[in-house]
Amino acid sequence: MELVCPAGTPAALRAAVDAGAHSVYCGFADATNARNFPGLNFSRAELEAAIDHAHARGAKVLVAINTFPTAGEEAIWHAALADAARLGADAIILADPGLLAHAAERHPGLRLHLSVQAAAANPDAINLYARHFGIRRVVLPRVLSVEEIAAINREIDIETEVFVFGGLCVMAEGRCALSSYATGQSPNMNGVCSPPDHVAYTSEGDDTVARLGGFAIHRTPRGAPAPYPTLCKGCFVSGERQGHVFEDAVSLDASRLIPALARAGVSALKIEGRQRSRAYVAQIVSAFRAVTDALAAGREPPALALARLAEGQAATTGAYAKRWR
Amino acid sequence: MQNDTPELPIFPLILSHAMRPLPLWPLSAGLSRLAGHILHRHPGINNRIDYYQDHVFLLDITDLPLFLTLEPRKARLRAFRRSAVVPGHDAGISGPLAAFLAMLHGQEDGDTLFFSGALAIDGDTAAVLALRNALDDAELDLAAELAELLPPIAGLLRAGLPGMQHLTGLCLQRGSAASERAW
Amino acid sequence: MDLTVGPNLFFWSTEKLHRHHTELAAAPVARVVLGELVCSKRLPFWQDSIPPAIEALQEAGKEVALTTLALITLKRERRLTADLAAMGLPVEINDLSALAHIPEGTPFWVGPLVNVYNEGTLRWLAGRGAVRICLPPELPPRSVSVLAEAARGCGVAIEVWGHGRLPLAISARCYHARLHDRAKDSCQFVCAEDPDGRDVDTLDGQKFLVVNGVQTLSQAHACHAHHVEELRAMGVDALRLSPQSQGFGVICAGYARLLAGETGADDLLATLRAAQPGAAFCDGFASGHPGVNWRAGAAG
Repeated sequence: MELVCPAGTPAALRAAVDAGAHSVYCGFADATNARNFPGLNFSRAELEAAIDHAHARGAKVLVAINTFPTAGEEAIWHAALADAARLGADAIILADPGLLAHAAERHPGLRLHLSVQAAAANPDAINLYARHFGIRRVVLPRVLSVEEIAAINREIDIETEVFVFGGLCVMAEGRCALSSYATGQSPNMNGVCSPPDHVAYTSEGDDTVARLGGFAIHRTPRGAPAPYPTLCKGCFVSGERQGHVFEDAVSLDASRLIPALARAGVSALKIEGRQRSRAYVAQIVSAFRAVTDALAAGREPPALALARLAEGQAATTGAYAKRWR
Repeated sequence: MQNDTPELPIFPLILSHAMRPLPLWPLSAGLSRLAGHILHRHPGINNRIDYYQDHVFLLDITDLPLFLTLEPRKARLRAFRRSAVVPGHDAGISGPLAAFLAMLHGQEDGDTLFFSGALAIDGDTAAVLALRNALDDAELDLAAELAELLPPIAGLLRAGLPGMQHLTGLCLQRGSAASERAW
Repeated sequence: MDLTVGPNLFFWSTEKLHRHHTELAAAPVARVVLGELVCSKRLPFWQDSIPPAIEALQEAGKEVALTTLALITLKRERRLTADLAAMGLPVEINDLSALAHIPEGTPFWVGPLVNVYNEGTLRWLAGRGAVRICLPPELPPRSVSVLAEAARGCGVAIEVWGHGRLPLAISARCYHARLHDRAKDSCQFVCAEDPDGRDVDTLDGQKFLVVNGVQTLSQAHACHAHHVEELRAMGVDALRLSPQSQGFGVICAGYARLLAGETGADDLLATLRAAQPGAAFCDGFASGHPGVNWRAGAAG
């Protein structure tokens, strides 16, 4: 199985390639990609060098242009697409139907992957994107169980890629305006969820309180493990209940489900974390490469101990297990 | 779920005490020279910090008797006595020296340290992220930078580094195996 | 400019739905979207109310469309979508996969949960048969303006969210069930206990969100009364009103009077406040700000 690894910076891309990534995904340093955080991402020149570096070592580079172009500013997204194609990207990861239509028309030879941000959650949707835009692979949204993924693969002709580790969207991806409601910055348009310039940590008594756009997300004793200040992992009050209404402060770890995902027909495994450092990338990628190598050789895959690197330092298999719902 | 964060080494108290009476201006001058050298050799750092270059970053290294402030555009890295008031800043990171060095040298992930509570941030979160990501991409090696800046001590550094790392448990260079053993 | 009533997002009793449909037949609105948007498990309880509602609304001169689910994953839900497309009424797609069941060239509507952010997507949908698009509520005014112009060029009517709690997210997980320590498959339909969703407040006690089964909405009621003139100038064709359990007739009548120039936005707001004491309002998205903000037409 192909291991698709995150790179927020050229250094992280080199770390991923060195650690055994089959493919690395990355994006330009602007609103065209869904990890538009300060200090992250690639200039055109950096992408060119990164692609040369990866190709020289047998790895592929997938460029994510997976936000929804802003009305009146589509040219920025079209230019990103043209530049990624010109620089030799092995595939482009897209979500917006308008941009997909443009890519299919203007760059007919270019390999297109459907981003998780398109939230194509059933065979009808996937076949629609395949028929209209010629996508070759779909990154499945994190709302599906392993059984459902197997059923989807029986009804489609293109490759599927699934997330196996990292941050977990609890809501259908690309269809969530929670962060936008609180901050005015939209994941779909601006490429950033819980934008850091709207995050504030304050000390109150013995606690650290994290707020997003002025709304308290969680309150933890100082020095205690804390998650990202995303709304879907926040602690709230509803009636008599106080707690994590949407999801606990956990992240996804499906490493143990990889054999089952392989049986379900999945072609590629994706690791989330373009906002993480090269240290994280190196550790996670080499751990997962050991699993895919073992599977390829017919050996029992090693059990991974990755909880320390996970958000909230706790893991879930998310929607892959049906009881999660 | 299991929280298996290893303990971070704490900078030896005796060394920390020994540093207290030292005058700070020579230290600030030396640190700024080092910062200038690094930022000049790695222009990508300030490019990535982008519009946070004029911010004042507080590095609150909790096991040192000092606060440091970094002003990226001016390449100024200054020391302040911990006993005095906290210097004014736009964004702050606090944690033990081991965490700072391990993050700088690509041994530990900043978010992991943050999730585990080893590092805390305050003020402008976006600026902290920009700085963290810029430094991560630069793949710095403090020992190598020091050796370049001060050729006379290069040999001494090379000879003394493994022992120092072993003694302190700190990650003093990029790609060092010492910290992996210590952590 | 006229009014469209969106599908009821909540799980109401058949009696309550019947009263709602009767009220809509008499309301000064041009069209109504019926059907289940949020959870396919609710549908068996009320689907028999749909045919008489269609009949009553059409007899009262309303255009009627049927919504798809917002998130279609199960085989049963795909079949349901195919059945919907065969009913002879316009379908409002709220999950793009529904297009697979609508024959090429058959006119359809696009709901606010489909990501129409730019001209390229709008034109692609128009080419596929879209005749009416309700834009995503988070779109800033500049985008609305550009899209309204693009829509005119391809014969598509543009709707904008007018009033009601904002649909912010959809999930595979049921938060109502989770709040009752139940699995989604044994939810026992607890979402029926909260006819306008269940409040979710912050640890500081700020009113923030509501959950409605697998859906998350704003707790504040979006109220775009003060933006109507601006939207009209942009060429927006309709405002969408989203049903709520109390005072919805007042909302429909109030907005109709506003569109007809018989009342001002401030007067409408006073009426809405009186009909729903204590309700929080928001209109931030309409001026490109955080959705939760409330400016009510204040300058700047």
